[in-house]
Amino acid sequence: MAAYIIRRVFAAVLLLLVVSAVTFAIFFLVPRLGGQTLDSMAAQYVGKSPDPDVIAAVKKNLGLDQPLYVQYWNFIKGIVVGADYQFGPDPVTCNAPCFGYSFKTHTEIWPQLVDRVPVTLSLAVGAAVIWVASGVAIGVVSALKRGSLFDRLSMGVALAGVSLPMFFTGLVVLALFGNGEYVPFADSPVEWAGSLVLPWCTLALLYSALYARLTRAGMLETMGEDYIRTARAKGLKERKVVVKHGLRSALTPLVTIFGMDFALLLGGAVITERVFSFQGLGAFAIQGVTTADLPKVMGVTLVAAFFIVICNLLVDLVYAAIDPRVRLS
Amino acid sequence: MAVAVSLGASACSSSDSGGDSNGGGGNAKADAALTSIVNATDKKGGTVTFEHSSGPDSLDPGNTYYGWVQNFSRLYARSLVTFKPAAGKESLEIVPDLATGLGKASDDAKTWTYTIRKGVKFEDGTEITSKDVKYAVERSNFAPEALSNGPTYFKAYLEGGEKYKGPYKDKSAEGLKSIETPDDYTIVFKLNKPFADMDYLAAFSQTAPVPQKSDTGASYVQKMVSSGPYKFSAYDESKGATLVRNPEWDAKTDPIRKALPDKIELKLNVNPTTVDDHLLNDVTTADVAGTGLQSKTQPKVLVKAAEKAKTDNPYAGVLQYLALNVNVKPFDNIECRKAVQYAVDKQSLIDSIGGSVKGDPATTVIPPTVAGYKKFDLYPTEGSKGDVAKAKEHLTACGQPKGFKTTLTARSDRPDEITAATQLQGSLKAIGITAEIKQFPSDKYFTDFAGVPEWVHKNNAGMMMMQWGADWPTGFGFLDQIVNGTAIKPSGGTNLMELDDKGVNEALVKGIGTVDTTARNAAWGEVDQKVMENASLVPLVYRKNLLYRPDSAANVTVTDAYLGMYDYVLMTSTK
Amino acid sequence: MSDAIKKDSPAADTVPAQRSGDGKEFLSVRNLSVHFDTDDGLVKSVDGVSFDLKAGQTLGIVGESGSGKSVTSLGIMGLHTSERARINGEIWLDGEELIGAGPERVRELRGQKMAMIFQDPLSALHPYYSIGAQIVEAHRVHNKVDKKTAKKRAIEMLDRVGIPEPHRRYEDYPHQFSGGMRQRAMIAMALVNNPQLLIADEPTTALDVTVQAQILDLIRDLQKEFGSAVVMITHDLGVVAEIADNLLVMYAGRCIERGSAEKVFYEPQHPYTWGLLGSMPRIDREQTERLIPVKGSPPSLINVPSGCAFHPRCPYADVPPDNITRTERPELQLVSDGHYSACHMSREQRDRIWTEEIAPKL
Repeated sequence: MAAYIIRRVFAAVLLLLVVSAVTFAIFFLVPRLGGQTLDSMAAQYVGKSPDPDVIAAVKKNLGLDQPLYVQYWNFIKGIVVGADYQFGPDPVTCNAPCFGYSFKTHTEIWPQLVDRVPVTLSLAVGAAVIWVASGVAIGVVSALKRGSLFDRLSMGVALAGVSLPMFFTGLVVLALFGNGEYVPFADSPVEWAGSLVLPWCTLALLYSALYARLTRAGMLETMGEDYIRTARAKGLKERKVVVKHGLRSALTPLVTIFGMDFALLLGGAVITERVFSFQGLGAFAIQGVTTADLPKVMGVTLVAAFFIVICNLLVDLVYAAIDPRVRLS
Repeated sequence: MAVAVSLGASACSSSDSGGDSNGGGGNAKADAALTSIVNATDKKGGTVTFEHSSGPDSLDPGNTYYGWVQNFSRLYARSLVTFKPAAGKESLEIVPDLATGLGKASDDAKTWTYTIRKGVKFEDGTEITSKDVKYAVERSNFAPEALSNGPTYFKAYLEGGEKYKGPYKDKSAEGLKSIETPDDYTIVFKLNKPFADMDYLAAFSQTAPVPQKSDTGASYVQKMVSSGPYKFSAYDESKGATLVRNPEWDAKTDPIRKALPDKIELKLNVNPTTVDDHLLNDVTTADVAGTGLQSKTQPKVLVKAAEKAKTDNPYAGVLQYLALNVNVKPFDNIECRKAVQYAVDKQSLIDSIGGSVKGDPATTVIPPTVAGYKKFDLYPTEGSKGDVAKAKEHLTACGQPKGFKTTLTARSDRPDEITAATQLQGSLKAIGITAEIKQFPSDKYFTDFAGVPEWVHKNNAGMMMMQWGADWPTGFGFLDQIVNGTAIKPSGGTNLMELDDKGVNEALVKGIGTVDTTARNAAWGEVDQKVMENASLVPLVYRKNLLYRPDSAANVTVTDAYLGMYDYVLMTSTK
Repeated sequence: MSDAIKKDSPAADTVPAQRSGDGKEFLSVRNLSVHFDTDDGLVKSVDGVSFDLKAGQTLGIVGESGSGKSVTSLGIMGLHTSERARINGEIWLDGEELIGAGPERVRELRGQKMAMIFQDPLSALHPYYSIGAQIVEAHRVHNKVDKKTAKKRAIEMLDRVGIPEPHRRYEDYPHQFSGGMRQRAMIAMALVNNPQLLIADEPTTALDVTVQAQILDLIRDLQKEFGSAVVMITHDLGVVAEIADNLLVMYAGRCIERGSAEKVFYEPQHPYTWGLLGSMPRIDREQTERLIPVKGSPPSLINVPSGCAFHPRCPYADVPPDNITRTERPELQLVSDGHYSACHMSREQRDRIWTEEIAPKL
């Protein structure tokens, strides 16, 4: 087991490196392939009427004129040992881990990421609790009462929920209920929850609908299995049959799905954060993209990739814990 | 000036009666802030809350190009002179701020001297001297390796500017020689050519003093040292900032600021829909970007009389126009250009982008709220709807009676511009000109496409959509970058017509050397007319913004100096 | 309870019913019918089946797929949970009538007084729980004991069914057992509470031939040891040949022949039974002729053929006069002591056909 985990960790680090390299390449190579010049790329860091001297200075300072692999190497080096930049009278040190230094805003990326993770985390965890609980509950009841009015209604609503795009739901919620500001948990747990209720519900609506449908399908399939009949034949109470024998099997595929959904959300619930003006990782990513600030984009991408890798690993471990056939084959 | 005053009245043309300068909150009518201070008060206290849907390039007064930051930074940065926080046309007047008076010019307008007030202190208690102003100009214009966002006019006009390496690389005690500080309270600028608009440059936030010992270059913005009535108590580049009173600010040294609010909050990256909602629900004081309500919010507000009464629809000091490139056939023939002047249906164009609330049909290059505006129309048409017959006449005269094909460029992320271009396309079709619209993103428009002559010629881009607001509100500030032959650059240029008319170029140079203000302003009108006679610039719309003042906003007035947004030095809140 | 008697439905069984009052019959089924109300129509899976079973005896229920044998056993256990199931008749288990007793009471009896083992032990056992845990669960549902005691009991049962190293295999999961071992484990689970009725639904169908014999031996041994009544359901006559005391042959949801195993095997009185015997491979027979399968396919249970359900496939459908096989449903008639057959042919006709045509070929 230990060897397995070590191997997975090693693979994860490798994956993160690849992700960073690809992001780097996309950011710098693709514009060049699209016909942009170094000058025009440097000009993005400059004000309204670009002065050629200014462009040249920016280009040199950011190392844009160096080969791509040198730039990439400097970036990786920075993560480990930190980096020094000259943007004023004295050099400024970006302390290790220098997860990037934004050349547009002249701020270190790492502290900003750390600051924003709790926001996205709050959003993701709260919404996850709501959608799993509600989705599974509705799905189970619908499956057990298949064909009933409840079943038809709930699946109809679920279909709508899955089909409605997030920004639509968000904007409707916003229009109906207005917008609050994020309050950190440390400041006031009550207000924290209060500020998050609307985004939680908006986010949860989409996923809850999906999970209800998945749970229903899973339950219907499971409840038709032979071992359910055996459980009843043993004289077990129906509730125990449903929960201990049925639900447990039906939920297993959901673990994988949940792992992915949650991991993606941790990388930034981009639309939700934008709609509700929450300063989480997703909003940070948008800012990075719209202002063409590579370090911001890179920072969020790496954090998101990290979460996905972790969640994948956890899902695999949980799956092995649940299903002995996986564990012991 | 008389011309300017009469324009103040016409600026209110599209709304109902002129300003009612009642002091009571909520009783003011629409457009009241164009000519008066709405909800006037002298009460100290309250918190002003600003919101922005994204963010500034930088809040560092030495590293910004945005008009709203120039306006806003006056709360913590005092430049040598500034625009008067006042209503109506008075808002275009320059008054001394850090300096004791306006600049004293030499006869040839090449040497300008300012005297700094005594006893003005930074927030750390040290007295502000002329050296701090000199340093501010040096770092903002000459150190692009650290501060690359702002305009570089000082660099262009100061003697020896092209040689000076900036204060981070040139560690000499003397710095830039052409800025002299003979004593602690005197600063002298030595220019390389006559420049009568120097006071306008001095009004830039770049002249706000920065203490060298506290300057860390690009990261100075995180710990700025205030020279104004407020200082930073919190700052986050993506979330916003909080300003509180600066105890070292002495009201006696500051005749223009009342500094009424106790606290100022600035929130960044707020969903634009939410920004508008907060205004309508009186949660915040103003949208600091100053470009007004979103298009989709405007109808909501304009249909209700009570809401409409809280709006102001000022000129933004911005001209939306069509640039005809004189090096792309057949626009090298003036008759073809004149045909376009007559063909465009400006009224329908305005209707298509949202109606009169978005602006008025334009007939000159300089818009109404910029000093030097002269009203004239060389290509008049009935109701500004265009004149197909006249247009066809000129087409025939230029040898293209059946019309021709060309390319029209526009910015893909500006929906209004695309709508306008489509409307234009229709007008041109009526006289046989087939314009194919090509769209490009804003951040590359000048650096890669319309602003690159080589690309323009190669791609037959005879027509380019353009919008321009002056860096400072005079004819020169407006015209120089768009009609001067020297503004043509291999990349990133803004003279899209590639107009290089000797008459125009010389008139600009002559005008900027004219020290007398009245004569100078008149000169701009002449230049404007010359440009229009050349017919390569087709003015479309004098853009307007629809601003909204919530009930809690007090001392609200529009400042024409900062692109028609509210004056943030005056603004306070009853909350 | 029962529906009003219609033309094609069986009359109240003429076979004398011995209620369990005299303590002899442990299980008595009377006119059991299980119909399913589907969108396509009423599926008559079981349409009037009756039989008795004493403790210590084994009844084999034989028939092809769709004959209703599994449905009958599930009906006894009360495992028809669908809302579309319509169950009528009487089921007497040790003096208690089950159909009228209510689902909760039947649940109490399930796994305790009556138990069932299924055809495919891999799919019939929950993959996520260890064998031991599942047996313990079966035990603790009906016995208030602590985990340790239950575990001991489970290991005891595993040992009893012949699983080596039971304390180690207690922790293993179903997929870690071989097919035969798995079936033994399921038997252990079914018998952990000493049920007096064991229903085995095709217990060997999914197993190798060699393992089949072992399992059947095991069931027989356990029956002797515990004195339980066993119902063995199968489509394979060879399976019940050894172990059944009595046989019940089902066709299209009905019983068409019933009697002791010896009588049914050596003196079968129904063409369908003849068909089953003919299609059964026997070692003691010359392999000169091909096996004679029963021609045709099982009938629809929604539109059961009129008259005798077997008539479309019966080679002797025209033997009885007046087309009666097509119009009138044959009732179970006494042939000899405890031996009944539902056929319109006369005893003489059947004997003659059996002696002259069928038996020589087997």
